[in-house]
Amino acid sequence: MTKKQKKTLKRIIAAAVLTVLLALLFHFVELPWFVQLVLWLVPYLVIGHDVLRKAFMGIKNGEVFDENFLMAVATVGAIGCGEYAEGVAVMLFYQIGELFQSYAVGKSRSSITALMDIRPDSANLEAGDGSVSVVDPDDVPIGATIVVKPGEKIPLDGVVLTGESTLNTAALTGESRPRTVRPGDEVISGCVNADGVLRIRTTKIYGESTVAKILDLVENSSLKKAPVENFITKFARCYTPAVCIGALVLAVVPPLLLGNWLDWLMRALTFLVISCPCALVISIPLTFFGGIGGASKCGILVKGGNYLEALSKTGVAVFDKTGTLTKGVFKVTHTTPADGVTEADLLESAALAESFSNHPISKSLREACPGLDAKRASDAQEIAGHGVKTQVDGRTVLAGNARLMESEHIDYTAAEGAGTIVYVARDGQFLGSILISDEEKPTARTAMQGLQAQGVRTVMLTGDAPAVAELVAKDLGIDEVHAGLLPADKVAWVEKLLAQKPEKKELAFVGDGINDAPVLMRADIGIAMGALGSDAAIEAADIVLMDDDPAKISLAMRISRKCMRIVYQNIVFALAVKALCLILTALGITNMWWGVFADVGVMVLAVLNATRMLNVKEYQ
Amino acid sequence: MQKKFKIEVDCANCAAKIETAIKALPGVKNASVSFMAQKLLLEADDDKFDAVLKDAVKTAKKVEPDFEIEL
Repeated sequence: MTKKQKKTLKRIIAAAVLTVLLALLFHFVELPWFVQLVLWLVPYLVIGHDVLRKAFMGIKNGEVFDENFLMAVATVGAIGCGEYAEGVAVMLFYQIGELFQSYAVGKSRSSITALMDIRPDSANLEAGDGSVSVVDPDDVPIGATIVVKPGEKIPLDGVVLTGESTLNTAALTGESRPRTVRPGDEVISGCVNADGVLRIRTTKIYGESTVAKILDLVENSSLKKAPVENFITKFARCYTPAVCIGALVLAVVPPLLLGNWLDWLMRALTFLVISCPCALVISIPLTFFGGIGGASKCGILVKGGNYLEALSKTGVAVFDKTGTLTKGVFKVTHTTPADGVTEADLLESAALAESFSNHPISKSLREACPGLDAKRASDAQEIAGHGVKTQVDGRTVLAGNARLMESEHIDYTAAEGAGTIVYVARDGQFLGSILISDEEKPTARTAMQGLQAQGVRTVMLTGDAPAVAELVAKDLGIDEVHAGLLPADKVAWVEKLLAQKPEKKELAFVGDGINDAPVLMRADIGIAMGALGSDAAIEAADIVLMDDDPAKISLAMRISRKCMRIVYQNIVFALAVKALCLILTALGITNMWWGVFADVGVMVLAVLNATRMLNVKEYQ
Repeated sequence: MQKKFKIEVDCANCAAKIETAIKALPGVKNASVSFMAQKLLLEADDDKFDAVLKDAVKTAKKVEPDFEIEL
């Protein structure tokens, strides 16, 4: 509890004790009304003096219809009607509610902050003479040397100078996938150093480091408000005056016809107690904040409540293929050696022939048979659009596509498959073919199923050949695929899909954030993947996935839907209870005690409901 | 120019009222008050920013006497 809250609590206890004592006293002793009034005013002022002051200030500043004003009028009115105990009690309950609200909100704020506990407290700065001092990460300049001991967080982005260790990225990505780092490797702030001592040369100041950017993003996300939040704020502005007018009518019109002024006045004052919109105004931002906090714990950064609301309405999810649904890493997936040729011979010949090339295909061939002596190959000749011709162990090896085989008059066997096929021949003799393809991410299929189960249509856009794209789409169960696209075509397709999408549904585009910034901007919701360490992706997207797991997209959608569900539950619940209490009060069935429940009780329940968003375990 | 400030507001409704009041000030291009993050975002022209900020703080204190800001 803060100092302010403790003070309020003391006042509440003091006023409550006094109220009980007075109630007991007047139960046994009959005293004249003015003595009662003076005695009741003691607990009333103890608990309500600040509300009265604020109400007075509000009137002075032209801000009439705030909750202080409502409470002041209601309680002063009740005391004026001779209902001393009611007046004091309403003020007392109102203050208890306010205290609870501020405590609950403070609690959830600190637990959200704890969820995002990636802020490094200090950095070990190494001076020129080798001495190490502990400083604030803000005070470490670029190019300085810092020491990170096992168990510590890396405070600033940098490059490893000496030492070897494994890093735990769980705090950033929500999953602990240990990463080994060696001298020369880049490291990202916010990761936890697991074993060895690392000396790091900083490449960024703290404010520009990954950890500061992420924290900034999450903290500022609540400044971008969701439409429903703005709606409630606007609604509250009309609702409160409307209820006040209702109260005035209730206080004047029925007694003119029926008499009994005091009774109707009490009913009108109860209206004022009910009319406070606090439950709505507090619980909705709290729900969004909790949703954003919970998502960031899972490695999903949402830049604002508006994106969370949009995400819950996603009708179409458009994916980039390479690097998003597939790993973007080429691998030898199949070999077909010709008769009498071993697989090892085929691969080795191809790898050696391609050993001078830096093309991803060549790299994947070399990776398939490591430890080869590149000196065995010489005179590499690249034939553009065909392949390579290289001398390997003094013999001519050809490696390339079918056109190369044809132009060199090789009698080859055509192969089929989703990916790139490399044909290999040696001294005019066909050795076989090698299929190289991009691997699908292991979670891609379940991610697609998860989205389809939530009624989302999946679309894949890719620059790859249609045959390859079709195969991947079929394997993953994607609804629609458009292949052979240039980057500009992707924007055009997204615009076409935007025009086609059902009304009130949103379109999300998921990409790696590096090449598809224009598409990310054009889509209703741009989601960038694998953004850890990529500033460009964090800038361009609305939602950022720290790792590159497509399953996080359906998780993000589940979080957003839960968030919106709680928001609507709270809106309906609060309005329904208040409407009911207003009607019952107008009919004279309920009294001010119910009014206090409709105000404070509903708010407490709505806040408790909102804090369900913080239950992160459920998502994992 | 857009700047963010750390603030202290006690209730959600007050935050909403402060936001509305600041948005209505002349020279303010955009303003947002987050009760949850206890932050104020203010956008105004560079040359007038300090004057606008002063105005905004004054307005906020008027709407909510408990309003505090770290400048």
